[in-house]
Amino acid sequence: MNTPPDTRPLMRRLFERRSLDTLAPVPKFATYAILLAWTFVVLFPLYWVLVTSLKIQIQVDAGPYYIPFVDFTPHLDAWNFMLFQNNTLWPYMNSIIVALTSTILALLFGSMAAYALVRIRFQVKLAAIIAFIVLVIGVIVAVVEFAVPWQVAILAAIVLFFLALTSIGRRFKAALGNNDIEFWMISNRIMPPIVAVLPIYVMFQHLKLLDTQIALISTYTAVNLPIVVWLTRDFFAGIPLDLEESAEIDGASKFRVFFTIALPLVRSGLAATFMLVLILAWNEYLLALFLSNANAQTMPVLVSAQNTTRGPQWWYMSVLIVIMIVPVIVIAAFLQKHIARGLLIGAVKG
Amino acid sequence: MPYLSVNHSAFCNTGRYMAVNVSIPNETDRRERVAQWVDRHSGRIMVLPAVLILLAFAIFPLIASAYLSLSRFALAAGSFKLTFIGFYNYTRLFLGVQQYHFLGTFKPFGPLEWTLLAGVMLLLAAWLSRYALTGFTPLGFAGRLITAGLIGAVWFVVLATAVAGGIPGTLLNTLLYVFVGVFVQFVLGLALALLCAQPIRSRSWFRVIFFIPVMVTPVGVAYIFRMLADMQKGPFAPLSHFLGVSQWSWATEAWSARLMVLIGDTWQWTPFMFIVLLAAVENQPRDQLEAAHLDGAGPFQIFKDITWPTIAPVAATVVLIRLIEAFKIIDMPNVLTAGGPGLATESLTLHSFISWRTQDLGGSAAVGYLLLFVSTITCVSFFNFVVRYTRRYQ
Repeated sequence: MNTPPDTRPLMRRLFERRSLDTLAPVPKFATYAILLAWTFVVLFPLYWVLVTSLKIQIQVDAGPYYIPFVDFTPHLDAWNFMLFQNNTLWPYMNSIIVALTSTILALLFGSMAAYALVRIRFQVKLAAIIAFIVLVIGVIVAVVEFAVPWQVAILAAIVLFFLALTSIGRRFKAALGNNDIEFWMISNRIMPPIVAVLPIYVMFQHLKLLDTQIALISTYTAVNLPIVVWLTRDFFAGIPLDLEESAEIDGASKFRVFFTIALPLVRSGLAATFMLVLILAWNEYLLALFLSNANAQTMPVLVSAQNTTRGPQWWYMSVLIVIMIVPVIVIAAFLQKHIARGLLIGAVKG
Repeated sequence: MPYLSVNHSAFCNTGRYMAVNVSIPNETDRRERVAQWVDRHSGRIMVLPAVLILLAFAIFPLIASAYLSLSRFALAAGSFKLTFIGFYNYTRLFLGVQQYHFLGTFKPFGPLEWTLLAGVMLLLAAWLSRYALTGFTPLGFAGRLITAGLIGAVWFVVLATAVAGGIPGTLLNTLLYVFVGVFVQFVLGLALALLCAQPIRSRSWFRVIFFIPVMVTPVGVAYIFRMLADMQKGPFAPLSHFLGVSQWSWATEAWSARLMVLIGDTWQWTPFMFIVLLAAVENQPRDQLEAAHLDGAGPFQIFKDITWPTIAPVAATVVLIRLIEAFKIIDMPNVLTAGGPGLATESLTLHSFISWRTQDLGGSAAVGYLLLFVSTITCVSFFNFVVRYTRRYQ
């Protein structure tokens, strides 16, 4: 390295950088200090959970002990109890099945819709939408107020809807385009789940699906769908058209182009989206609280239920929290490279 | 595309089948027609699942919930009975016996409050009239009127509950979590992103570590912070002994309990802001930075004139995402404090959940709907007035 000697006065040498690739000593020290401080803020709570999971009751109650083997003897009692004696593995399996299945479904349906909305022009008649909403209101009123069986009501509504489509469809020209459909899909995410969960609860109760994995999977798919559409839309819009066009000239159908060309091209973005949706589904609390009981209980509900009888038993709770964090971190570590790149694509698009 | 002709899927169409299956023309015809039909309607078929799912799990519940919020729910002989009662559930929350719960306990205004109220009202009126005089469109004016109405109403409630003796309700708690929480997370996330983008060693390590809190379940975060903040058994117990506050508990006082919720939420969501903003900061044009540096621009000037304009659209979008999600907060207050002390930390979602548990389904749906209105107006306003504004150069 043949850089010329620094001839600036001492104060400037300490505070001002010479080039964009270096930092002056004082800002460099400050940067490291702040970043290390935040590292402590991030890691200490996690360290404390890990350590607490190795304690037994007396070691928690007698006051803070910080380092295993140094100021207390670690025990695996809490782990042993939680994994082999308590009924933990069942909710754990539930969580894995529900989170993975719903994430994959949301990713599949969401990216398919996003791709179609980016590449194909749609026109939806405003009149059809109004007719649909009126009919839904009609069905609800008929079922609730006049005790019409719900199967009959829905069948009648579908017939009426298609009759309406054929008759009024031609007269009213106002229509919604791709942007409106996209906006509608994404705006569903604004809806707080507490608004939707009561009717969904009643719906699953009628279908005898309450407290099953199917109920949770379908609901989670629905609440995460808007995010998938939102993110993947930008990824698809960013890939060049030529590849897809040449495939279509070769006679490939839209589905084939989507699965064999478009999806592989956006795999980094998909990985980032997958991770985000998986985290949301894995940690979801409110919907699981309503829709599951003993049979389909997921981990967040199990964790929060630890509070009830004898006050929180920190050592057991810590085991649960640790086994909830580990798989997500492992998956994130595997996908790390893709996530960074995928985020970049999304972030640039804004 | 050689592989296209090798893998035949159910959706493959045209040419190929004809060439292979000449011996069974009927079969081919039928499959051909199905394939063509599928191809012609491929767009609709691709959008259909998403639309059906959203109709079943968003639109239908939304309408049903609206109906529920207008009725009284009662259990009756193995089933339930809904009685239509109009807007009673809403008037109860705004003016009736539930006002203390939703809006808060009001106290009469003093001169200071009147002045503050008048000041904000004048500002809103000035903003509206300026819009009306410069570029008036009915839709734009209506949107601004709604935004201004919400701001004015919330400001009135803030003042009425801030007078000595007033207690804020669940609406203000939620807005506190949303605005203060998201603001703090944004500032911290931006600061960390700027620091992490500096030319230092091991920054990929910092990046990986800083991302972890997002992955921890919110319920778990709440318990972790309860553990940490335990004045007698937590890791900071020696400190609280030293300060002589070991008999005191943060959970017994309104503002310390709210602060706890905010700390937990911030710990969890700052990394999300950080990771997206970092991607944006690292993506800023290198040549402009070089030029500014050569011209002797200081770090603050570079941030103001180069970094901020490039990252502003991303920053606005990520804040919007967090705003949308922050309105739904329930896990943190429910686990940390169960909404207490009193109503001090209860969010709107928790309020609605508690109403549901006491079988007041109509009231629960009404609270949910009000949350929907407030969050929709806020998010749409933010999108129109902030996100659009930052994107004006794109």
